[in-house]
Amino acid sequence: MEALNVKDLQVAYDRKAVLDQVELSIPKGSLTAIVGPNGAGKSTLIKAILGMLKRSSGQISILGKPYSPKNRNVGYVPQRGSVDWDFPTNALDVILMGRYGHIGWFKRPSKQDIALAKEALHKLGMADYADRQIRQLSGGQQQRVFLARALVQDAEVYFMDEPFVGVDAKTEKAIIDLLRELKQKGKTVIVVHHDLQTVPEYFDHTLLLNRTVIANGPTEQVFTEDLLQKTYGGALAFFSTNGDKRVMS
Amino acid sequence: MTYEGWILLTACLVGISCGMVGCFLIVRRMTMLADAISHSVLLGIVLAFLVANSLNGIYMLIGATVIGLVTTFAIQSLHNSGVQEDASIGIVFTTFFAIGVILISLFARDVHLDVEHALMGEIAFIPWNTYTVFGIEIPKATGMLLCITIFALLVILMFYKELKLTSFDAALAVTLGLPVALIHYLLMGLVSITAVGSFDAVGAVLVVSMLVVPGTCAYLLTDRLSVMLLYSCLFGAASAIFGYYGALWLDASISGSMSAAGGILFLLTWVFSPRYGLLRRYRAMITS
Repeated sequence: MEALNVKDLQVAYDRKAVLDQVELSIPKGSLTAIVGPNGAGKSTLIKAILGMLKRSSGQISILGKPYSPKNRNVGYVPQRGSVDWDFPTNALDVILMGRYGHIGWFKRPSKQDIALAKEALHKLGMADYADRQIRQLSGGQQQRVFLARALVQDAEVYFMDEPFVGVDAKTEKAIIDLLRELKQKGKTVIVVHHDLQTVPEYFDHTLLLNRTVIANGPTEQVFTEDLLQKTYGGALAFFSTNGDKRVMS
Repeated sequence: MTYEGWILLTACLVGISCGMVGCFLIVRRMTMLADAISHSVLLGIVLAFLVANSLNGIYMLIGATVIGLVTTFAIQSLHNSGVQEDASIGIVFTTFFAIGVILISLFARDVHLDVEHALMGEIAFIPWNTYTVFGIEIPKATGMLLCITIFALLVILMFYKELKLTSFDAALAVTLGLPVALIHYLLMGLVSITAVGSFDAVGAVLVVSMLVVPGTCAYLLTDRLSVMLLYSCLFGAASAIFGYYGALWLDASISGSMSAAGGILFLLTWVFSPRYGLLRRYRAMITS
């Protein structure tokens, strides 16, 4: 079964196409990396899929049904820089926001919602920071708050925009453990990823993107020198150590 | 109630309603929209007067809300078409305000609508223009403000979660299926009716200070939005009370003194706030 299917997606800014003729499908239960150079439209792809940007054309289906936020089967982790960290709120409160779709209009978060949020904080090693104003958290801790928030959304398909950017080693490990746990539960996670080194280790499915889909498939088939060169327009340097190929972008 | 009592009550209601609504403008970093809307509502009031030929509060509220939303929409549209956001704000509200001024000078010269009044307000006249509700004689402007304050409070209580989430992370709100644009216009509608309610008392210019200053003080004192809302109302009411007695003492404009009192309260908070005050930051810098 397909977690995500995109047909004929086009997104344009000022009548210039940023994404064109995007066709792709992502298998259910995969950990998928979206990889491509700066300006390839990776974040744009996620935002267009989830309706945050206007699409010129395209059909999106999630788990076989046309995408609608009302189905509540999608979780989203934005780039860390996209929100105002000076906002008067604390870590626990931000995580509770992930429950707002379940809580519904005119109601307040229940005890159960709060318990879920606390559990998610604990899971990401942030139990001591519940009352902390969010600006006073480190970059890695802020990222973990965002992941905890996605977790309490209790979705089937997660979209994450560069969750590994600017985080410490401890956070990177916490994130990858979480991704593997989600996969074990049969969830699908689609991640915009910038670090080519870790793609084969972290992800079993890879989408190479540069304005359109260059390749999409199991990582071992797609993550090849040829296809990467094609994606990055020949701007990559490869060198091998002990027969093990390494990539530098 | 005494003349003084009505003025104090009216001023406090201005402070509380503006303080409450203003908080959301501050956390959304949109305080300049308060400036825009508060000036544009003049056009709404004049148009309502010309259409309905009366200065009845209801017509004014409708006219101001419509023009407030049109202002927000026009700014957004200009911005989307490539004009810088601050420039869009500057263009739209000055044009609307200018049209309002021209219409007043053409058609409404002889009534209780003049440009100076629109800019500065005159709270001292409010207790003389009354109606009787349930056997109590209350000033019209105070009655309207009371309704607006209660309405704004109810809207904020009902949509608190949604207002908070769309302010903090609109992208997440979209994926949760919240009508982000609708909530934005709901808030702008609230700003418009609060501005028009405060118009008689403090005028178009000073209402901006009531929308922005109390919330900014509160922002320096807490890390919780709900507490910020409460503090903001308290700061709004305190500006009103200190401003009134300051005006008596100096024999000066009441609305001017209210804004000045707000400014002084801000200065004190900015320096002495135990959380984000200047002294606290200075001390933290020395010890680190």
